[in-house]
Amino acid sequence: MTETRMTHAQALAEALIGEMRADPAISVIGSYVFGLGPSSAQMGRIRQEFGARVFDPPSAEAAIVMLATGAALAGGRPFVSIGTAAFSLVAWSALVNEAANVHYQSGGRSSVPAVFHMLHGVRAGAAPQHATSPQAQFWNNPGLEIVLPASPADAKGLMTTALRSDNPTIFIDHPRYLETEGAVPDGAHALPFGQGRLCREGRDVTIVATSWMVKVALDAAQMLAAEGIEAEVFDPRTLVPFDDEGLFASVERTGRLVVVDECVINTSVASEIAARVAEHRFDALRAPIARVARPAVPAPFSAPLEEMVLPSADRIVGAVQGLMRRG
Amino acid sequence: MQARRLPAEQAMLARYRAMVLIRRFEERVQSLFRAGRVPGLTHLCIGQEAVAAGVCSALRPGDRIASTHRGHGHSLAMGADPDRLMAEILGRETGYGGGRGGSMHVFDAANGNLGTNGIVGGAVPLGLGAALAARNAGKGAVAVAFFGDGAMNQGVVLECFNMAALWRLPLILVCEHNGYGEFTASDDVTAGELSARGAAFDLPVQDIDGMDVEAVHQATAAAVDSARQGGGPGLLFCRAWRFSGHHAGDGQDYKDDAESRAWRARDPIPRQRARLIDEGLETDESLTALEAEISDRVQAAARRALGAPEPSGPLHEKLFA
Ligand SMILES: Cc1ncc(C[n+]2csc(CCOP(=O)(O)OP(=O)(O)O)c2C)c(N)n1
Ligand SMILES: [Mg+2]
Repeated sequence: MTETRMTHAQALAEALIGEMRADPAISVIGSYVFGLGPSSAQMGRIRQEFGARVFDPPSAEAAIVMLATGAALAGGRPFVSIGTAAFSLVAWSALVNEAANVHYQSGGRSSVPAVFHMLHGVRAGAAPQHATSPQAQFWNNPGLEIVLPASPADAKGLMTTALRSDNPTIFIDHPRYLETEGAVPDGAHALPFGQGRLCREGRDVTIVATSWMVKVALDAAQMLAAEGIEAEVFDPRTLVPFDDEGLFASVERTGRLVVVDECVINTSVASEIAARVAEHRFDALRAPIARVARPAVPAPFSAPLEEMVLPSADRIVGAVQGLMRRG
Repeated sequence: MQARRLPAEQAMLARYRAMVLIRRFEERVQSLFRAGRVPGLTHLCIGQEAVAAGVCSALRPGDRIASTHRGHGHSLAMGADPDRLMAEILGRETGYGGGRGGSMHVFDAANGNLGTNGIVGGAVPLGLGAALAARNAGKGAVAVAFFGDGAMNQGVVLECFNMAALWRLPLILVCEHNGYGEFTASDDVTAGELSARGAAFDLPVQDIDGMDVEAVHQATAAAVDSARQGGGPGLLFCRAWRFSGHHAGDGQDYKDDAESRAWRARDPIPRQRARLIDEGLETDESLTALEAEISDRVQAAARRALGAPEPSGPLHEKLFA
């Protein structure tokens, strides 16, 4: 298989273009799929090739998500760009009370093959209303697939699968990744949902992370290696479906677990992962589970306060050292 | 608040002063942004000063405004302290929100400002609520909700038009129609004529030159008078232009140069300046002195903000009342 180096945003565009060529039912609703930075240029390629299939919406998120649900029920396959993930909150009912429930409440007869793309997380000065990481909130709504890519290759592979999926798929990207580069398989590249990626092997501790936190966890693992502690970094890649086997196998190897998450810690993604391990692999643990997530305060605007809330490599290293001392 | 209960001539000067203060303030924020001193995205209102100054000068103590993501001008026109506003925009402990909120979350309740807001259309239901509270309090106060042409396409805004008209609440709905939402022309995402939407709800609509502070003021004063006397809400369409980008880092290559030049020729500040001189109320010298004084005030605000401490926690402080 040949590969090409490209940015995360380019990889997303590759998937979108490839699938739009293959499936005329796919339409795009959104003007700024790849953010407002340099990656926004990717949108030009999509417009150029599929002009009539791109709809530039007004700022009307609640209606847009609901109409995409209607389009999907009627045989369309909409890809919707919500922009900043915090704006999904305006469309909450449409996402979690409509799209999520359709398949179940129709007795499995109707489905909503739509992709809802958004950019989550804290980024320099986003402040309380623009920094939301809603993945844990989405995870509380059965019926939604949830995808969190952490590399250009995964972005392409997971987006391709999302566009082929017959379920409503929440595709959550981190704006800090959009311009990062990596090798991406050429041609059609679909990654199955529910298969995590072991980003780094190590015998002493499992660090589970998603999205931008994968990068932060890998930085921490490198710092730990310098102290002789070998950390394994596991990225589940999709929350729904979730790769329990991959998670449990790693914890069985290492006996220690730190979960890193950009969500606010209360009922976070980290909480759910920690609970699964506590419930099902308690005997494999040699120390308590640690969560490194955002403290339960809104994302502050101030740079030093923002730094205090963000899970950092230092905080992860501290958490791992704490576990190593316990046993 | 600026310009309350002043004789007409003094009020015209106060509006000029407010506009110059907003312009100088925003220019300073722009230069600080370019120097990398402003965290996050900051939305400037250069070009739209007449709306902020004209609307807010028709208000009195006890009235309230709900503002937008482009809210520095509204905040200053309501009497915000430039020191504390600049400090908030720079994320300092001395800012209105102690550096926790930033540009899009400026709350100045003492001056009647219920907050700038990061959610498009958010100010409209908040303003409607303030109008409901004002009605309940029975003291003749009014509320103003600011919003853009882009926000007019959020369903919640139309829901509020209905309730404001249905309950005849003292709400002044101020649409700042600058022709764009982010980088998209209003016409590309809007069906029909925006100002025609008021009629469907029986809302009295005034379509105003938003580049003329006196026109904005007079229209607002008429709507406010009516609302105070139980006449219900009013909808003001202020046609304006933002000279600055959508946010401070936006180069605006999506705008037509000729159109931008034509709007710049209608800059509300020189227009009001000429009016003050033509009517013999001020002289070039007196206004030049005033402008210098305002520039100094803004420089001082920036200096103080840059010298102010950044917050250091504790993190959980200020989460609950
Ligand atoms: C609910 C929501 N959707 C999208 C955005 C992103 N956004 C910020 S400003 C803006 C454009 C608003 O246009 P308009 O109402 O005309 O105000 P202007 O920026 O022109 O002052 C958009 C879409 C947002 N802040 N909130
Ligand atoms: Mg606008």
